[in-house]
Amino acid sequence: MSHSAWIILIGSLVASSCGLVGCFLILRRMAMLGDAISHAILPGIVLAFLISHSTDGIVMLIGATIVGLLTAFFIQTLHASGVQSDAAIGVTFTALFSLGVVLVSLYTSRVHLDLQHVLYGEIAYAPWELVSFLGLELPKAVWMMGGVFALTLTVVGLLYKEIKLTSFDPQLATALGIPVVWIHYTLMGLVSMNTVAAFESVGAILVVAMLVIPGATAYLLTERLSFMLLLSLLFGVSSAAGGYLLAVLWDVSISGSMTTFALLQFVLSFLFAPRQGLLSKWVSYKMMQKVILQKDK
Amino acid sequence: MQPAVTVENMTIAYHKKPVLREVSFQAPAGKLIGIVGPNGAGKSTLIKGTLGLVPLASGSVEIYGKPYLTQRKLVGYVPQRESVDWDFPTHALDVVMMGRYGHVGMFKWLRSSDKEMAMSCLEKVGMADYAHRQISQLSGGQQQRVFLARALAQDAKVYFMDEPFVGVDAATEKAIIALLNELKSQGKTVLVVHHDLQTVKEYFDWVLLINLRKIAFGPTEEVFTYDNLQKTYGGRLHVLNDMGPALLQG
Amino acid sequence: MYMEFLVALFQDPNARWVITGCLLLGLSSGVLGCFALFRKYSLMGDAVAHAALPGICIAFMLYGSKSIGIFMLGATIAGLIGALCIGQISAYSKIKPDTSMAIILTGFFGVGIVLLTKISQSGKSSQSGLDAFLFGKAASLVGSDVEVISVVAFLLLAITLALFKELKLLCFDPQFGRGIGLPMGALNTLLMLMIVLAVVIGLQAVGVVLMAAMLIIPAVAARYWTEQLNGMVILSGVFGGLSGVLGTVLSAITPNLPTGPVIVLAATFIFLLSLFFAPERGLLAKAIRHLKLRQKIISENLLQSLYDLSEKDFLQDQSWKQGYTLDQLHQLRPDHKSTMLRYLQRLEAAGWVSSKGANWALTERGLQEAYSVTLNQRLYEMLLIYQARYGTLNLQEESRKVQDFVPETTLNELQGLLLDHQRKPQLTPFLEIRFDHPYQDHYNEAPTKGGDL
Repeated sequence: MSHSAWIILIGSLVASSCGLVGCFLILRRMAMLGDAISHAILPGIVLAFLISHSTDGIVMLIGATIVGLLTAFFIQTLHASGVQSDAAIGVTFTALFSLGVVLVSLYTSRVHLDLQHVLYGEIAYAPWELVSFLGLELPKAVWMMGGVFALTLTVVGLLYKEIKLTSFDPQLATALGIPVVWIHYTLMGLVSMNTVAAFESVGAILVVAMLVIPGATAYLLTERLSFMLLLSLLFGVSSAAGGYLLAVLWDVSISGSMTTFALLQFVLSFLFAPRQGLLSKWVSYKMMQKVILQKDK
Repeated sequence: MQPAVTVENMTIAYHKKPVLREVSFQAPAGKLIGIVGPNGAGKSTLIKGTLGLVPLASGSVEIYGKPYLTQRKLVGYVPQRESVDWDFPTHALDVVMMGRYGHVGMFKWLRSSDKEMAMSCLEKVGMADYAHRQISQLSGGQQQRVFLARALAQDAKVYFMDEPFVGVDAATEKAIIALLNELKSQGKTVLVVHHDLQTVKEYFDWVLLINLRKIAFGPTEEVFTYDNLQKTYGGRLHVLNDMGPALLQG
Repeated sequence: MYMEFLVALFQDPNARWVITGCLLLGLSSGVLGCFALFRKYSLMGDAVAHAALPGICIAFMLYGSKSIGIFMLGATIAGLIGALCIGQISAYSKIKPDTSMAIILTGFFGVGIVLLTKISQSGKSSQSGLDAFLFGKAASLVGSDVEVISVVAFLLLAITLALFKELKLLCFDPQFGRGIGLPMGALNTLLMLMIVLAVVIGLQAVGVVLMAAMLIIPAVAARYWTEQLNGMVILSGVFGGLSGVLGTVLSAITPNLPTGPVIVLAATFIFLLSLFFAPERGLLAKAIRHLKLRQKIISENLLQSLYDLSEKDFLQDQSWKQGYTLDQLHQLRPDHKSTMLRYLQRLEAAGWVSSKGANWALTERGLQEAYSVTLNQRLYEMLLIYQARYGTLNLQEESRKVQDFVPETTLNELQGLLLDHQRKPQLTPFLEIRFDHPYQDHYNEAPTKGGDL
């Protein structure tokens, strides 16, 4: 497979997996919480590396996921003790991210990461880092992201009803005996894992773009949850492919272009979506005005 | 005959302020029971405490003699309308099918029988034509009917409803009451938090008057008296002075 | 060794510029962060900071070389556009504010990264000035930069001071402000602009990624010391300025460390100190208060339970002096039995309760105390039940005696209501004394404690 194809594949896996779990973040109004977790896992990644002295995927995955869950828990606790929710999020993730950045800077010589990497990843080098597993030699990023994608699909598939109901009507969910808190932390765990796996490829900040933008684009185009999820997968893939092509064209950051492409898709959706788009709303507003004026005649 | 709902010594406090104190009652099966009291008196809290949505400082709840947690499948719930995200990508039929989640269990998907049942529940509330309409496109009364259909889909024996008539047009209100009576004829018990004193006598067999404590509970003719209402609504005595006799005659 | 270094640091004119700059930007972001907190614009500050990146890049591309003034202009315009978009997206579609914030934050930042890498391809060496904007490089601040920062900071503080009353109204009661004719909409826009400016001047030192922290953390920390806006604003400014200085100095000591994260960590340290040790709102103080309250509640519950049981038997002409078992008390007001037992023993030591075999009974003094507690509780309940009428009184203070914060007329009304609801405590200490002792003893008896009808 060509170098470009690998990059697009990895980007697609990142965007699709993140997009899937991101849809639920959007529906649960937890977009900024997702943003917070993606930043806060940084010290987790660094510490996992320092402790295990390797960039072994599984160790980092577990370590950072634990940090992600702790972050969600800490934000919740802070909020419960009286700090308003946006401030609780803001305090926690900036403090943890700063800690992570300081750790990275201080131990730069020993660590494979550097600050640029932290922010926007190094997807261009990913296809060269090969790892053998079960007789198959694939880039490490494909193993990690593919694995997390498979896990995300499985969890969402198994718990589809529960996630749906707890997002729509948590009160009824509790009344039916569905463990609302467990579902919440399961989702937070998925967010953490996706963030870690995507981290190497697209960096901390741009993961959030993949979490939120394709999903938001899909949100405006459909009124069925299943379609929303499907569309967000598609928009994720198109962002990866389109973004990569733009990056090659202009010789710029790949993850930055993927994000830009995703943003463009969103803008198009926002303006031209059939029922929810701005244009469509303007047209029906004008038509209604016309009808009202006709009636008055 | 065993009471449908037994609440024993329920006490609930929010932020150290008591909202319900030592409330106990036994609701007989097959009745329509109205729960009335002033705002902030604990009516919604009573339902939420019964269903385990808020923690109890003390007390217990039994459904047909067994602890509530083991009897969840027998209990249906229609919450207040505001507690839901109306922009959620879901349509009426989908919402009703959510009522079946308790029966299907985790990790499994719904069957076609669930879908059929949901459809028939929508028909019962007269919303079959709107099955595939996104919920934010429905009117207030229609939304309420969908939530009612959802509760019907729960196929419960005891129903709790939190102010189902708020913001609903007269036709829908009549339809809802007809439905509740049909449930009653099937031997089911319905407890309804109600806000409109004028219709209590017409709608409910039994009534529970609540203001922090249980003020009175029993058959409407016996319990819905001027004295009890005064005690329950205390602060609004002057209003009752004018309306009182009218209320009790209607 | 460190001391010498620090002394040298403060004597270096360059270092002095840098420290002054960081002090001022910490100060202004601390002050404006308070208003942002109340208006719930904290994360908006984060979005604006990230959105500023493409603005800075475009400014560089248009102007050709590094100029802080131009960069700030670009940042401000981009930040404002970003803030505008966030508002418009959620206003004109079903997308919720938090989602639109995340979209603009990451979307604009992604565009910024594209521009940044594009600029680095063009090979212009001054591009390194732009990299500093990611995580902050206070050391790159020169005299002219600090001058710009100072001017803007002073401007922001001056406007805040001048419009303090109006801003306060905007935070707490905009409806009222509109009612008395103040232009709340314009004021809100002004506040947004000021927040954007506070963010922009901090970008060089703290960086786009972390600038939001300086809006949030000092303000949240200040909140633990006071709820009054005046004090909060001053304290938040102080915390912000302090973090700025501390962070800069600390990062100067360590090479290779960008200033942004260190400043944020300094602010976090102050926040943690506040969180735990602030006098009334700190966690330590709250824990102590909570413990004391719980002790009081357990004791009072026990006395009340004893009283309730005694009253019930008394009214049915049954004996009550024999006391009641732990199980009976537990049924009425449940708690951990071992805790209840421990407190019963404490009540016994205080002389209010005596143990009779497996039973616990009220002593005479105990009866007085229990009566007082029960009466207070029942009066309080009446207040709650009729809160439509008495709601203006502060009903949260369950720890005070009702008669202390209620006017005499209200107290009489409440007592009447107690009778109506048949909740008047019937087992009075007087009654007891009358029945058990001859007339003379009663006459010589000291008056009972407060709480009697």
